[in-house]
Amino acid sequence: MNRFRGGFEAVPRWTIVVAAVGGALVLLPLAAMATRVNWGGFLALVSSESSVAALELSLRTSLAATVLCVLFGVPMALVLARTSFPGQRVVRTVVLLPLVLPPVIGGIALLAAFGRQGLLGHTLEVLGVEIAFSTTAVVIAQTFVALPFLVLSLEGSLRVAGTRYEAVAATLGARPTTVLARITLPLVFPALLSGAVLSFARALGEFGATLTFAGSLQGTTRTLPLEIYLQREMDPDAAVALSLVLVVVSLVVVGLTLRTVPDGQASDRGSGRSFLGLGSRSGGLS
Amino acid sequence: MSLRSVAAVAFAAVLAVAVTACSAGTPASPTAESGPAAKTVSARGSITVFAAASLTATFSELAKKFEAAHPGVSVETSFAGSSELVAQISAGAPADVFASADTATMAKLTTASLVAGAPVNFATNVLEIAVPPKNPAAVRSFADLARPGTKTVVCASVVPCGAATVAVERSTGVALSPVSEENSVTDVLGKVSSGEADAGVVYVTDVKAAGSSVRGIAIPRAKQSVNTYPIAVLKGAANPTTARAFDRFVTGPIGRSVLVAAGFGAP
Repeated sequence: MNRFRGGFEAVPRWTIVVAAVGGALVLLPLAAMATRVNWGGFLALVSSESSVAALELSLRTSLAATVLCVLFGVPMALVLARTSFPGQRVVRTVVLLPLVLPPVIGGIALLAAFGRQGLLGHTLEVLGVEIAFSTTAVVIAQTFVALPFLVLSLEGSLRVAGTRYEAVAATLGARPTTVLARITLPLVFPALLSGAVLSFARALGEFGATLTFAGSLQGTTRTLPLEIYLQREMDPDAAVALSLVLVVVSLVVVGLTLRTVPDGQASDRGSGRSFLGLGSRSGGLS
Repeated sequence: MSLRSVAAVAFAAVLAVAVTACSAGTPASPTAESGPAAKTVSARGSITVFAAASLTATFSELAKKFEAAHPGVSVETSFAGSSELVAQISAGAPADVFASADTATMAKLTTASLVAGAPVNFATNVLEIAVPPKNPAAVRSFADLARPGTKTVVCASVVPCGAATVAVERSTGVALSPVSEENSVTDVLGKVSSGEADAGVVYVTDVKAAGSSVRGIAIPRAKQSVNTYPIAVLKGAANPTTARAFDRFVTGPIGRSVLVAAGFGAP
């Protein structure tokens, strides 16, 4: 990305050294964990009944959470990017809050809202909806923590894409919904895709809010991270093996995200399609 | 780590001076009181105590009492599920003393030869049912927990309170289908006191410590599957002298009175 045609060095050499140390900080623990894997028993460990149930539950709930993120996140990003209203900065800050909030706090907050004794608990009980200790609780917790990824990614991209084409379409008589479907969404599709994939990854890794809000029961609420946490106590080998599975899944997911962002396009458009859209709008959290 | 070794060296130096001073001074000085003086010499510096989640209240109190009895000593406590603590200790967490909620979990450390000397049993505990104050599911017995629609939370079978729960299930012939299997007994209690669950299987002492936020319902059969709590000084203890003093303090009369007041039984 820093290849300049003039042939001069793009970055001072010392930054490369520091960058390598930073990279090692991330890579070393993961590599060290890989050395702990008991390869002989790997397959048996990751294919145990509880492991498979946890992986299956994780994939199912993360997928559902991703769908919810797209469903709610796209309109949220549109409203934040294309309209202006009093208190918009505050709203944006609150929407992005789960990004920086310790997940256990998210869990406590979700309990306060959707728990049996929570704000909506009684109403939900009357409606016959039981959220506590259900898979629904897991999906809600995952959506809570993953939603900001989609909103942030998409809003940045919407702002960079600008409103020129949309204005032209509107003057030609297209209705707002037509403009959205035919112009706006296709324009920001890569950002929508990478936002969705990141939301999925975040949902897959969700632990704290789930444990606090949903509990831990095989096949119902015990997702892969919770299973790893429990296995750590009785079978560290299984915990390491499952951790490796989650690392690989996450790697694939992040790899996919980066592939949706072609290098050239990203720099041409002022990183409008950059990772999370952070490059285009540095004041995102202010 | 380095701070710890510096502290250890400093401690050793202080101890050496103190011991020399003592052995030189005591016979000659008629005013020296051997009791308190011996205490100050034997316990110095700081120790870290890892204790089962169900010991949170009692060991916090015992740590304070121990500090008060031994000026200059500070006791750091860390509470979690016993298995979690064993995992931490096995991974090299700096702890001087470990108190487990059952002998099986302590045995993991003794087999790994991470314990100095033999663990000493210092308390027992039995399971009880905890329900929210209003008892929404009208639970009256252990068998009621298996009723469909009753949201029961238990400990996962890999942690001591969960193993004890399984034992009670076997002896009563009641098979529970819990809505959640938590990693520690305090997590179970939290789900009950917050009203999320209708009932939880916890220790008698947890119900007592929770005060008015939960109600306890005895499980007569639980008396047959009593949990025994062992305590041990760890081989990797940075401050073994003070660790042993704390060990004796817990198993001694003051420890006994604090534990009994909290509802623990004698081993």
